Amino acid sequence: MTSIPRPARACAIPLAGQAAKRLIETLSFAAAALSLVMLALFATPQARAQGESSVIIGLISDKFPDTERALNELPASGLPTAPQIVEALAANRLYFNGPARKLYFADEAGKMFDAATGEPADVMASALKKVRINNAVRRSLDAARGALTLMSPDPDKRKAAADSVFKSRDATALPLLEAALAKETLASTRKILEEARAAIIAGDSGASDVQRLEAIEILKSRGDQDAVSVLTTIASWSEGRVKAAADSASSVIQAKLALWRNVQNIWYGLSLGSVLLLAAIGLAITFGVMGIINMAHGEMVMLGAYTTFAVQEWARTSHPGLLNYSLFIAIPLAFLVTAAVGILIERVVIRFLYGRPLETLLATFGISLILQQAVRTIFGANNREVSAPSFMAGSFDFGSLQIGYGRMWIIVFALAVFFALQFVLRATSFGLRMRAVTQNRRMASSMGIDTNRIDALAFGLGSGIAGMAGVALSQIDNVSPNLGQSYIIDSFMVVVFGGVGNLWGTLLGALTLGVANKFLEPIAGAVLGKILLLVFIILFIQKRPRGLFALKGRAVEA
Amino acid sequence: MMETRKPLLLSLIDTRGGIFLGLVAAATLLVPVLALMVPANSAFALPPYLVALFGKYVCYALLSIALDLVWGYCGILSLGHGAFFALGGYAMGMYLMRQIGTRGVYAHPELPDFMVFLNMKELPITWWGFQSFPYAMLMVLLIPGLLAFVFGFLAFRSRVTGVYLSIITQAMTYALLLAFFRNDMGFGGNNGLTDFKDILGFNVQAKETRVALFVASTLALGAGYLIARAVTQSKFGKVVIAIRDAESRTRFLGYRVETYKLCVFVLSAMMAGVAGALYVPQVGIINPGEFAPANSIEAVIWVAVGGRGTLVGAALGAIIVNWGKTFFTGALPEYWLFALGALFVIVTLFLPKGVIGALDQFKARRQAAKNSGAAAPTAAE
Repeated sequence: MTSIPRPARACAIPLAGQAAKRLIETLSFAAAALSLVMLALFATPQARAQGESSVIIGLISDKFPDTERALNELPASGLPTAPQIVEALAANRLYFNGPARKLYFADEAGKMFDAATGEPADVMASALKKVRINNAVRRSLDAARGALTLMSPDPDKRKAAADSVFKSRDATALPLLEAALAKETLASTRKILEEARAAIIAGDSGASDVQRLEAIEILKSRGDQDAVSVLTTIASWSEGRVKAAADSASSVIQAKLALWRNVQNIWYGLSLGSVLLLAAIGLAITFGVMGIINMAHGEMVMLGAYTTFAVQEWARTSHPGLLNYSLFIAIPLAFLVTAAVGILIERVVIRFLYGRPLETLLATFGISLILQQAVRTIFGANNREVSAPSFMAGSFDFGSLQIGYGRMWIIVFALAVFFALQFVLRATSFGLRMRAVTQNRRMASSMGIDTNRIDALAFGLGSGIAGMAGVALSQIDNVSPNLGQSYIIDSFMVVVFGGVGNLWGTLLGALTLGVANKFLEPIAGAVLGKILLLVFIILFIQKRPRGLFALKGRAVEA
Repeated sequence: MMETRKPLLLSLIDTRGGIFLGLVAAATLLVPVLALMVPANSAFALPPYLVALFGKYVCYALLSIALDLVWGYCGILSLGHGAFFALGGYAMGMYLMRQIGTRGVYAHPELPDFMVFLNMKELPITWWGFQSFPYAMLMVLLIPGLLAFVFGFLAFRSRVTGVYLSIITQAMTYALLLAFFRNDMGFGGNNGLTDFKDILGFNVQAKETRVALFVASTLALGAGYLIARAVTQSKFGKVVIAIRDAESRTRFLGYRVETYKLCVFVLSAMMAGVAGALYVPQVGIINPGEFAPANSIEAVIWVAVGGRGTLVGAALGAIIVNWGKTFFTGALPEYWLFALGALFVIVTLFLPKGVIGALDQFKARRQAAKNSGAAAPTAAE
């Protein structure tokens, strides 16, 4: 089909002898000269061929502008190996032999191919030079990749390609885009293709105002940050109606985006708040209801997370079918394990320290050190991997908001735990006894309630809830011996902020702090935001020393 | 004048205090002799690293006394005293950083290395004046004192007490920890301040300087003890103890509880700051890790081990626990946290008054046994 010189053959032939080599060189030079003459004579029919050759010549010239130009021409050149060339260049596997004017690409296994024909080539990568890339080339490369995959049979690839064309707004891709649009059947991909075309047309000063206004309308309906950036660049150099339309469209989109950003902040805040709630809710029982400063609370969370890990390992090794559902085993098990540890701690240490909150603080801090070191000795100091089950992976779109299933289920779980706990406290006999002991220990005792038992069970309940929190946290945080420490101060803040002895206060406190944190983060940065919140809570305690919802009456001073 | 003063000073020193001050004085004299005058190959010679280690213990003892002053005598369980200690340390560290001068890696005449590294162009306002030793020493006292004043003023005025106070002091030191980790705070971020060269023109690494720092630390410990003792023995101190035992009652008797608490808290914070300032040149580094809440809680356990409300016990507890830490982390690093954790539990359960309290109890029991032993035979007869 082409008479372009193919020195590759000459190269591929083993050196049979100097004379033969020289002869071949002469011949190929003659062929090259001849073909050039022919190209000059029959330029039009040979255009494709010339495209091919100029692409390869550009790529082997070892100059960035030439490489860039070659990449821009590549999609339309009709070179059969174009996709491989592009992929190889992206993966840094594109080689050339300058003097021989040959281009090669290696596949993933390192096998070499002649880029012009796609046939295997007998050359060593080490003898060749790599085609170099800089940022400008990379942009062209991305555009070329996008254009090449526009026609891919894989719908996901087409979609991604359309997206990348939208972002590059490469005007040379317009014909390809039209062609792709004509063939495209999938509505969602069509939409992106149309938007990509609109982005190109809107930015094309050669197009008529009517066309460009239409295009701006399409961009406006897209309504995301990318559309805004396209529109602002267009507005910056356009005039008259187009400029006005672009400006108004981008401001409409920005207003909408700001709204969604707030929605997103609230969602992320609720997500963080639900984590805080889970960590703090057990503390609200032990600290809030029983008045015990449990510094080992964080370690209960950690034990819960390690229980999850252990259950998952067990499922992985002996019951692979259960792996996906191991969380459902881990939740009750974590509750039982940590509740048992909690009751043990209460019986062995804490019961001797009732009425001496500061001593309890020190003793439980000691316990927390022991538990941390014990876990470190048993499981090692490294982070442990807890994999997410399939129903917690992935996400869905809600408006412009991407909602991850993992976060969503953790919010649901936190609320479920909260309401279950409310139910236990409000509607069961145990809850009734517990509240009675909280309100007036001696009177409850006089009425025949075994206060010792209630204390132990209540502490076990608080610890068990911390363990369940650990199951949830194992999904979003590193499972390490230090897991608990990172939550203990936050948990105390939540309980103190919400008001001691009031679970609703804990709920509101956790969610408020979570949302406030997420709103502060973009303004002040993550760390400063947290510092500001801590300072806020310290000041808040001055104003309301007993939190948002303070218990009133005699119980307060007791 | 002299005649009236001397008994006042002596009246502060009871038997226990006398023994304590005697030991401190002995250490002050003995360590320089052993470290500098005894030849290095002698069995009694003290290597420089041990001088620095003992100096560290002495600084911890001073911190412990400061904490005992607020917790043992005023009932304020501060879980944030590590913050005052670290702030004093940072003030000293800033002085030492400015002394490096052009000897840093980047040889910048004014900016410490990390600032050059962070592309800062000029010295932040917070660092001004720290090239002067007196100014830095003033800041060692003022910065922790000021923080304690503002924090205490707000907290005590609104009657945040007990556990709530403990938790917000912990939040305070945690907030400072996060803040000092930030590079743009201008205090060296994660790495803190280190690579010190000189203090007052003497090489911080030199044996003589280490001994001098040790002596300064023991003198500060003795002075800190006497100040704390003077405060607690005065009429002012009696009111403070009354606040610890019955805050509302003291308030109803007409005392301004907040003012008393604030005074003790600020004094204690300043002592902690001095301890931190002496600590930094001896260990050669100060970083945000010193603000970690766990450090402050560990300091509380020193006081608890020694016996709260005894001052001497606090110092003793600091030295015992830290000696144990040195021993364990060297010999059985795996078990140090087990030992420390068990110490927390055992002390709170079985030694509520600490080592000193247990000794007193033991003495009292033996006394009682002697008395009853003297009485019992007569009864039998």
